[in-house]
Amino acid sequence: MAFQIIEGCVNCWACEPLCPSQAIYLPPGGAGSARPHFRIDPGKCTECEGDHADPQCASICPIEGVILDGLGVPLNPPGSLTGIPPERLAATMAEIQAR
Amino acid sequence: MLELKVLGQEGVGGGPAGGCTSSGCGGSLDALAHLPEHIRAKVHNHPCYSEEAHHHYARMHVAVAPACNIQCHYCNRKYDCANESRPGVVSELLTPDQAVKKVMAVAASIPQMTVLGIAGPGDPLANPDRTLETFRQLTEKAADIKLCVSTNGLALPDLVEELCQHNIDHVTITINCVDPDVGAKIYPWIFWKDRRIKGRKAAEILIERQQRGLEMLVGRGVLVKVNSVMIPGVNDQHLEEVSRVVKAKGAFLHNVMPLIAEAEHGTFFGVMGQRGPTHDELQTLQDACAGDMAMMRHCRQCRADAVGMLGEDRGSEFTLDKIESMEIDYAKAMEERRQVHAAIEANREAQRKKSGESFVSLSALKVRKKETRPVLMAVATTGGGLINQHFGHAREFLIYEATDKDVRFVGHRKVDLYCSGGDTCGDADTTLEKTIRALAGCEAVLCSKIGYEPWGLLEAAGIAPNGEHAMEPIEDAVAAVYREMAAEGRLERPAPAKLRLTA
Repeated sequence: MAFQIIEGCVNCWACEPLCPSQAIYLPPGGAGSARPHFRIDPGKCTECEGDHADPQCASICPIEGVILDGLGVPLNPPGSLTGIPPERLAATMAEIQAR
Repeated sequence: MLELKVLGQEGVGGGPAGGCTSSGCGGSLDALAHLPEHIRAKVHNHPCYSEEAHHHYARMHVAVAPACNIQCHYCNRKYDCANESRPGVVSELLTPDQAVKKVMAVAASIPQMTVLGIAGPGDPLANPDRTLETFRQLTEKAADIKLCVSTNGLALPDLVEELCQHNIDHVTITINCVDPDVGAKIYPWIFWKDRRIKGRKAAEILIERQQRGLEMLVGRGVLVKVNSVMIPGVNDQHLEEVSRVVKAKGAFLHNVMPLIAEAEHGTFFGVMGQRGPTHDELQTLQDACAGDMAMMRHCRQCRADAVGMLGEDRGSEFTLDKIESMEIDYAKAMEERRQVHAAIEANREAQRKKSGESFVSLSALKVRKKETRPVLMAVATTGGGLINQHFGHAREFLIYEATDKDVRFVGHRKVDLYCSGGDTCGDADTTLEKTIRALAGCEAVLCSKIGYEPWGLLEAAGIAPNGEHAMEPIEDAVAAVYREMAAEGRLERPAPAKLRLTA
């Protein structure tokens, strides 16, 4: 099984040096909106099996929903990185705006 | 007899660090007097550490450090933008080799550039190989440039030893809290020992690492500045304690910056509608912290690839494709740099001597003995410590507070440039109105020249335009305008309602 990085990746480079299998790469390409984002080589990705308890790319990625597991499920689902679950978003927003 | 003088300009202290012109500034002599001579000498020509130096010297950042090991709610990791000026934003990421070439190109073209910092766009110490390789090459190839690094502190304790080996003697740590409950509202997670850690526990680890890093650096004699982002309702009440704690541990300068949280920047705080502080709130907090340590008030919160004087960005002159074609004779550039620095120092010395004589007796001005009230004034300058910029060309104004005792720098305010002298004038009214709003609380604006239209609008807003002190040293001119206001009897009435100077 292998992970994949999908559109939405902001190319922050945080994951690339952490991968124990050197499976993460930035394809060559254009600038601006045509610029490619980081990808995971499915032939190399081991999901960090045997190297780390937690998959490294998904543990440092700052963007929710852009790294998927082998079944296509986001490893960082909505609300998991902001700490605010979707159902509490409106209430939290009101609280923050009252500051 | 009451005397009105410009504090700090009478050449107190002596030595190379002498001459900071304001009691509230980054490099205030009194505040730095406890430091050994060789350390004061280190900040003398550092625009980010000395308020006075920032009128004369330039800095640059190289964007070699993309990755980050924590998330801050005021940061969006999508940093690639040419049109924004704020921390964490860059246009192109550089390899260490490209960064070194860029530094040498800038050093040759802008000889007043004395300082190279690595500040991101991620956390420099979360990219230790790239950051340290850049420093290693520069120590060797451009020995006359000071090297600085800023960090969130998480990886700092592990890298103190190596930083010291590379002659890094200025380190900035961003410390927004010393209480994990406050931290949990700012940092949703950290990446620590191969795991993502969330919530209060994350803040607890980060705070512990920041404090340990601070102690280790101070123990090694490294100058440490602490940056804090003021977030209303989150850490605004808490930052006075942060100031006390970091001072006690030996940080030499505290820089309290306003939260930048525009919704269009896409940060968590921006999107959620968290507000930033008002000018008044920021200044009140800075004044409250100033009781505990030297405060920095001239920070421009620049981009991680900024080039030039503080408040300006000449990065577009030094893009990768442009520097590739530049041939640099660094030995020749070093010689020119030495000459330019000597000229700047001669100029600073002359300004200090001249100002030292500018004692003015208030009794001579027939001012009654009772205290006159403080006044805020805005100044348009392009550098050199002089009033030398056209009102319509100013992208920002420096704010000074004049009292019957001294003149001190208290901050700066950014404005949208309202006049580019061309076809953008269709929007002039609204932008000019924005500029005037940004100057709220000021009673005068000093500039080299000013147009007819803004003159009238400023007067209507209760801000006196003044172009009579062009090319004069800023503090002298502010003091002179204050004396004129005193002589006209304008300082006896209470300050306008919105002018709240201290808490």
